Amino acid sequence: MSVVTNTTTIGAIDAPSRRNTELVLVVFAVAISVFAYANVGLALNGELPSGMLGYGAGLALLGGVAHLVVRRFAKYADPLLLPLATLLNGLGLALIWRLDQSERFQALTSFAPAASKQLLFSAIGVATLVAVLAILKDHRILQRYTYISMVVALFLLILPMFFPAVNGAKIWIKIPGFGTLQPGEFAKIIIAVFFSGYLMVKRDALALASRRFMGLYLPRGRDLGPILAIWAMSILILVFETDLGTSLLFFGMFVVMLYVATERTSWIVFGLLMSAVGAVSVATFEPHVQQRVTAWLDPFAGWGKVAASEQMAKSLMAFGSGGTLGTGLGQGNSDLIGFAANSDFILATVGEELGLAGMMAVLLIYGLIVERGVRTALAARDPFGKLLAIGLSGSFAIQVFVVAGGVMGLIPLTGMTMPFLAAGGSSVLANWALIAILIRISDTARRPAPSPSPSPDAEMTQVVRP
Amino acid sequence: MSELTLTVMRLGFLAVLWLFVIVAVQVIRSDLFGTRVTQRGSRRTAADTRPQQGRQQQPAAPPQQRQQSGRQRRGAPTKLVVSEGTLTGTTVALQGQTITLGRAHDSTIVLDDDYASSRHARIYPDRDGQWIVEDLGSTNGTYLERTRLTTPTPVPLGAPIRIGKTVIELRK
Repeated sequence: MSVVTNTTTIGAIDAPSRRNTELVLVVFAVAISVFAYANVGLALNGELPSGMLGYGAGLALLGGVAHLVVRRFAKYADPLLLPLATLLNGLGLALIWRLDQSERFQALTSFAPAASKQLLFSAIGVATLVAVLAILKDHRILQRYTYISMVVALFLLILPMFFPAVNGAKIWIKIPGFGTLQPGEFAKIIIAVFFSGYLMVKRDALALASRRFMGLYLPRGRDLGPILAIWAMSILILVFETDLGTSLLFFGMFVVMLYVATERTSWIVFGLLMSAVGAVSVATFEPHVQQRVTAWLDPFAGWGKVAASEQMAKSLMAFGSGGTLGTGLGQGNSDLIGFAANSDFILATVGEELGLAGMMAVLLIYGLIVERGVRTALAARDPFGKLLAIGLSGSFAIQVFVVAGGVMGLIPLTGMTMPFLAAGGSSVLANWALIAILIRISDTARRPAPSPSPSPDAEMTQVVRP
Repeated sequence: MSELTLTVMRLGFLAVLWLFVIVAVQVIRSDLFGTRVTQRGSRRTAADTRPQQGRQQQPAAPPQQRQQSGRQRRGAPTKLVVSEGTLTGTTVALQGQTITLGRAHDSTIVLDDDYASSRHARIYPDRDGQWIVEDLGSTNGTYLERTRLTTPTPVPLGAPIRIGKTVIELRK
């Protein structure tokens, strides 16, 4: 080890690939998940769960395969994205399995064991990651499909309107013999591609052609077109699919990307005003949305009368009984929430059994994923990659906020799932694909630039002339 | 299952979860790119301040050289001092490692000198612990006393080595 004292040394740090760091963290993440699983088994039955080996091996296999594929196809990718996603997925599996064991939960008419299904979907999700990394060699290829992805995203968003509502919201499509699919989760990624491609071309017009009025840049009327169109689209989703979450996600994502592309705060002001106007006006006449708002404002008033309010109240009580350190895995009563306790309300289980301390850790893990996404956007060298990384991490952040805020009673509850944690095939699949695209962009961004001209020394060093 | 075991597991799980978060944040901290500055005047060794970046340090001397520095002969130089030029006053402890001089950012001593080349010269100990200076094909040459170096040459104690406008010498 060289030791240098009493001097200032400036050394260039060359970009390391950090793959070994990633491997260590993936192993750590799998170990934590297995720990959670063992803890649930010990608390519920007093013995290690019989499926623990299979579960641990399955998760380790998924993490290992994903790691090897990243090592092979995206050598310089961010070292944190994969371990963080693996931990959330593993933790989610343990929590879903824990709810599967609950007798109260098993007594529900809609009960079906979800843990093994979730493990299967995680495997398909990791396969999606492998496929995206293997096929998508450069994220800029996606730029070619800007308008095609708009059409596909609109199609996916409109499709659920023609299927019957499930629990009041039309966000599912039913494929006979396969099950249900939530196309909104996939549309989220595809529409980010469209927004990035579109804004990359139009951002100068949107940023520069504007008048200044009361400290805000007012864009020209015709430049308002796209934001009005997206706004109308999300209002239509809200009215016809009665799903606040999806509409908030799309509009919010567009406003975030518009702001990043143009650096104009006025877009955020407009966006917030428009979404407030839209949400309030729709809430005045749409009964399903109204019910959610009532459940949000006064959850305990509807106890025993309105199922949505009662569920909300139970979720709040779960958080409350968790306290600071929680009741311990497998020892809470969050299964009282009943229907959707393992999907939309899974955070209530985290809040009760891991307490505030665990909840903060889980939210920080989500925050770290978003942070790495934003960091990737900062490091990316091409504008399309920057916008795509911001769009994807922004949609991830909005989704976490909307779900966590809904379950904790900060905003009205919406029918979205917590990424990776909640039971749901579409969600797990789509979010692994999202992580794969972020890994691909970060690999391109962090890959060392090809070495510049062989020696700039010749011109830079002055020659002493005698 | 006893109450105690479950409590220990509950707290242990939270601790492990937070440990993961902290480790992840540490990875971010050590993931910052760019240049690395080791403070001047700091008595701590570079290895102490940045333990996790050890592999990014200058290449460590081969073991035999390090052993050599362990039992230094009497009269062997212990530090390298810059006596002229913009870096006047800078000292580097000689502990068996190779010292590179030049304008390149990864040099041990980064010279801010228009007449120095990117990789100008290096100073290293040979098998006997004798310090040798070698010109690395620089544009303006390296001078020991008044002679321009053509081959690696042993450096006597206190002899000025001139690189562009910078003069360095080895001292006890």
